[in-house]
Order: sequence, then C-alpha cells, then structure tokens
Amino acid sequence: MSDPLNAAALLANFVIVPAVAYGSQLALGALGVTLIYGILRFSNFAHGDTMAFGTMITILFTWWFQSLGMSLGPLPTALIALPFGILLCAAFVLLCDRMVYRFHRKNRADPVIFVIASVGVMFVMNGLVRFIIGPNDQNFSDGERFIIKAREFKQMTGLSEGISIKVSQGITVVTMIIVVAALFWFLNKTRTGKSMRAYSDNEDLALLSGINPDRVVAVTWILAAALATIAGTLYGLDKSFKPFTYFQLLLPIFASAIVGGLGNPLGAIAGGFVIAFSEITVTYAYKKFANYIVPGDWKADGLMQLLSTNYKFAVSFLILLMVLLFRPTGIFKGKAV
Amino acid sequence: MITSIRNVLYFAVMAGLIVLVGQMQSWNLALSILNLCLISAVMSLGVNMQWGYAGLFNVGVMGFAALGGLTAMLVSMPPVQEAWTAAGGGAWVGLGILVLMIATSAWLYRKLPKSGLRTALIMLVVIAGYVLLRMYFDPTTKVIEKVNPAASGYLGGLGLPILIAWPLGGLLAGGVAWIVGKITLGLRSDYLAIATLGISEIIVAVLKHEDWLTRGVKNVTGLPRPVPYEVNLQNAVWFNDLSEKLGADPVTFSSIFVKLCYAGLFTVVLLMVLWLSEKALRSPWGRMMRAIRDNEVSANAMGKDVTARHLQVFVLGSIVVGIAGAMLTTLDGQLTPSSYQPLRFTFLIWVMVIVGGSGNNWGAVLGGFVIWFFWIEAEPLGLWLMDTITSGMPADSGLRAHLLESAAHMRLATMGIILLLALRFRPRGLLPERTHQ
Repeated sequence: MSDPLNAAALLANFVIVPAVAYGSQLALGALGVTLIYGILRFSNFAHGDTMAFGTMITILFTWWFQSLGMSLGPLPTALIALPFGILLCAAFVLLCDRMVYRFHRKNRADPVIFVIASVGVMFVMNGLVRFIIGPNDQNFSDGERFIIKAREFKQMTGLSEGISIKVSQGITVVTMIIVVAALFWFLNKTRTGKSMRAYSDNEDLALLSGINPDRVVAVTWILAAALATIAGTLYGLDKSFKPFTYFQLLLPIFASAIVGGLGNPLGAIAGGFVIAFSEITVTYAYKKFANYIVPGDWKADGLMQLLSTNYKFAVSFLILLMVLLFRPTGIFKGKAV
Repeated sequence: MITSIRNVLYFAVMAGLIVLVGQMQSWNLALSILNLCLISAVMSLGVNMQWGYAGLFNVGVMGFAALGGLTAMLVSMPPVQEAWTAAGGGAWVGLGILVLMIATSAWLYRKLPKSGLRTALIMLVVIAGYVLLRMYFDPTTKVIEKVNPAASGYLGGLGLPILIAWPLGGLLAGGVAWIVGKITLGLRSDYLAIATLGISEIIVAVLKHEDWLTRGVKNVTGLPRPVPYEVNLQNAVWFNDLSEKLGADPVTFSSIFVKLCYAGLFTVVLLMVLWLSEKALRSPWGRMMRAIRDNEVSANAMGKDVTARHLQVFVLGSIVVGIAGAMLTTLDGQLTPSSYQPLRFTFLIWVMVIVGGSGNNWGAVLGGFVIWFFWIEAEPLGLWLMDTITSGMPADSGLRAHLLESAAHMRLATMGIILLLALRFRPRGLLPERTHQ
C-alpha cells in the first residue's frame, strides 16, 4: 500500500534530521580549515586533532562541573564547559603557531612545508589527547536526551513512523546558526575582520596599507581553534568522543571545504551540507521507504542500500574527485587552483 | 671527504645500536628490528622519490602499502575449493563485469578527445558497472562467506609462491596511483595530499569489510613463507649439525636463522631499489626531475611536461611502497587489515624521509633505520622514564597508574616533535641532498 506520509516521516527521521546535524558539524569544521587556508595559505592537517584537543578539554571541564553538581537542567553541562575548552584550545594553538609555524612564515617557506609542519603538530596533539584522556570512547552528554521522542510524535500525528529529534541535534543547529552569524558579522563589519579579508585577498597590498600581519594571523588561529572546539564538542555530544574518529573526520571536512571552494567561508558551509547529505542518503537503506512508497503488495528484497556505511568516507572522496574533475575551484569560487 | 666520513659514521652508529640491542636484549629482537628497518627503508625510498625528487606530498602511503599486503595474500594463499565450487560462477560473472567496466572506460578514455563529456561518459559507465556488480555479486559474496566461516569464508588466493607477489603488489599499487595521480596532479599540491589521504582510507576500509576477499577483521593467517619453517629446521639433520658446530641452542638458532633468511631477501630488494634510484637520480632524468621540483615554471618553459613527469614519479614511488607493503605482509605471515593505521604507515614514513634527508636516497635509508629503531625502542624507554618519574608517588595512586598506562601514547607526540625539530633545525635532514655544481 502506498503511504507517502509515513515514507516522508521515515526519511525525515533517518536522513534529514541526522544530515542537518552532521552537516552543521562539518560546516563548522570546514570553516576552520577554510579560514586557515585563506589567511595562512595551507591545508591544516592538524584540524581534526585540534577538534579532538578542544573537545577533550571541554570534556574534562564538563566532568569537573558535573562533580561539583553544576548542570544546565535539560541542556548538557558541556555548554558551560565549552568557553573554557575554546580558551585553552586557542592558547595551545597560538603556542603551536609561535613555536612552529611562525618560523616558517618568517622564512617564507613553501606551502607544502607548512602542510608537513601541520602533520607534525597533528602527531603531537594526537599523542597528547591519547595520553591525557586515552584512546577509547568517552560519553559526556547529560540532561534531556530528546526534544521530540518518536513515540510522542506518533501519538501526536497518528502515523506509524515517528520522528525523533535529539537535544544534541537541536543544539548543534542552533549553535551553528549563531556561530556562523557571528563569524560573518565579524568578518564583514569589524575592523579586524575586514583586515583579515584584505590580507586573504592580497597579502602584499594589505601589508602596504598598514595591516599588522601578526595580529591577523593570531586572530585567525583563535577563530579556527574556537570553531574546531565548537564543532568537536557538538559532534561528541551528538555521537561520542573518540580521538581516532576525529582524525578520520579530516577527510569529510577537507572535502566540504574544497567542494565549497577553499578559502570561501560561505562555500565551507554549503560544502558541509553537501557532504553530509550525500553521505547519509547514499548509505541509508531504503528498504522500508520503498515498501511505503511503492503501491501494491510489492516488497523490496534487498536492503536497497547504495553503499554500506563502512564506506561512508568513499562518498566524501568521490564527491571530492568529481569536484576536482569538473570544477577545481569548488561550487563557490575559492582561491586559485 | 668529510661528509662521506660522516655518512659512514651514521650508518656505523646505526649498526652499532642494533648490535647493542642484540647484546643487551636478545638477538631475536635485534633481527626483527633489523628486518622492519629494511622494509621501512624500502618504503621511505619510495616516498623519497615522490617527495625528494619531485616535491609531491603523498599522504596515502598506508593505502599503497595495504595494496601490496593484499597482493601478497591473494597470490600466496591456496584457493578455497569449496567456495569456488559453491560460488565460482558468480565470482566469474562479477570479475567479468568488472573487467568489462574497466575496458569500456579505458576504451572511452582513448577514443574520445579530452572533454567534460568524456569524463561524464566514463563516470556513467562506472556507475552502471557498480550497480550491475552489486546486483549480481552481492548474493555471491553471501554464499562465499557462508562456506566454513570459522576457517575460511573467502575465496582464497592463487596458491603461487609469495615472492611473485612482491613485484605484483608494486604493480597494483602503481595502477591505483596512476588513477589518483591522473585526476589530482596538475592541480594545487594540497589536492594530491587530500586525495591520497582519501584513497588510502578507502583501500583500508575495503580490506576490513570485504570478507569474501580478505576475511576482513578475521585476518588471513598462515601465509606460505619464502623461507624455511622453524620446526622443519629443528628436525633437519644438517641444521642440528650446524647449530652444534656454532654451539647454539637449535630452537633459538632456528628462529634466528629464519630471520636471517628474511633479512637476506629484504637486503637484496633494498639494494636493488637503492641502486636503481641512485642510477635514476644521476641520470638526465633525475636532473630534469630536480629542475622541475626547484622551478616548475622555468622547467615548463624549457619544454618539460611537468604534470606527466609528476605522474610518472608518483607511480614509480607508489610501486616501491607497494613492494615494501607486500614484503611486510610476507614477514608477518598474515594479513591483518586492522593493523593499517595512518599514523604508523603514512606519517611515520614521512618522518623517516624528512629526518633522513629528502632528496638523498641514502638519507631515506638511514631515516628508515633510525626512526624505526626509535619507534620500537621508544616504548620500553618511555615506560622506563615514566616509571622513574612516578617512582616517588604512592603505589596505589590513580595518577601513577594512568601515567604508566598512557606512556605508550607519548611516542606519537615524540615522533611529531622530532618531525617539527627536523623541519626547523635540520630541514635538509641527517644526510642532505648532494648538489653537484
């Protein structure tokens, strides 16, 4: 029997809601990568581990606050810990810049030297995170779990398929919107933001007009660290925190940034959603959906899954390849190829 | 003159360190470190071709090594007859579809002029082939995986001598490198890095999850060896005579003997690759590669096809990495897909090349030895260090337990710091590239 309403609810529950949340997390991550690329002109391989580092600090503060008995009621305690995570992560990233990248910047080294240096920083961060919190899964979410439970939704609408929205998913989307709005306001309206965009467009001209490069670079790192910590914490609240997973997020994040156009913040957001939606629609098993939508007694015999979830990286990779083949500058025009 | 003395000195110190391990810990351990050092040296020679000769940043070393390992397994394991009788037909149909898909794509690639249309058509063929493959091959994989899943549950291999897998593994890795390089070379250098990162994750995911091919995380163990087995040696008369003559315990000596055989094989490969690399680097081709690396624009103006040369050297380097991957699986005697970790297989090799001296083949070899040695020895050293640091703490302290438990993770950070220090203070490595005026 054909039942489009239930089919739509099914799709919303298993594809749209998770993809919007995951897309927001990727968008925040890709924004950090794209900012570094725009200003410092290299692909920061340490970004995944910066996310892990910031999230780890947030988790440690969360546990401390939880032991003090603090809580936000229905919201996760991690939100109070988040500013501390951002602060310490930014401090650490600035230290890395001072110790590692500044030397190569003064030498005007090749971009690829920066990339290799970022691999070194990645090693160090990865080692530190595993050393401090261990390589295993950590769960740190508390408060309410759901905004809408599937059962309540079914009772409300009378459908046989429910839509559930987790609190973490709601928080992710709201935070993403606030952060992106703040970031764009900062880049477009403030003096520092304008100088950053000028520096990104034409370094020499920006230097001639008296922009302080050290300040621009420092602000960029702070923004990147803040974005990484927020993205990492949201991802950890939504799923769970495991250092190796964060390293693996590097590929979808890079893919998002490139698909959108490296160096273009708007593109990073669009890219994040493109990657998230393709990853989830391609790896979703459409068996039940097909049974709802196809009229008659026909039943799907397989899972009707285009690609097993084991290969979700392959989706980001294939989209990346397609963009490189057809439009190497990305959907929105990014920096030079 | 002074530099050559210094170079010899480095290698002498390295040999001394391995001998020291043999004396202090055990000869068995020293030889297993030596064997992995030899493999690492081959692998870093491959990466050195890409980075040192051409300045290409390949972040997918792990994937190419895994392809070599896969080939070693596929070539050497005997075929599982029951699986072939149960699902042979389906397997051949699947292979047929795959071959047809590749042949059609290749044909389109050759016949049509370079255009967006060609790319789109090829993609269409690949997608159609994928759907067909899933439709016909999915049921077959289920049948294969059901055949005696505890012991086999896969198709097995060809049952050929494992040494054949070394060159074949190189060829497979080179083929994949050609596809990746064809798409990403000529664009920004970062894109090659990110694409290779992606392809290596995918290759390892395939190894982990395609049980019909590799048994996935159940691992394929007991790969046939190219060298004798310890048990056979212990039963052989000539071997017992030999160990008596040397005054050694036959059991210990047999495992040392096996490791020595491996070391011999690996040394032959290392010397061959090294000799070829040195020849290439000193030839007009090598000079051209360095000219391209140092100034792409002017090399291009001199009529050199920069992208084609990059593709060539990228494939060559990947072949060498694939050979090393096959050698590693041969030494392990098993294919363990979950052991392919990017930090161990990609980034560690990079540390070897950078620390050893990018652009200098001897440097890459030295880097392979030095870094592998410290990677192995850092664990007991770190543990000892932590033990000393925490010895003042009470025995039941939670912090002490945590520190001791996590000491192993510090070697990642240590490797990172070594890489960063080398980049900053010794960017040309231990053995810098020689430039002849």
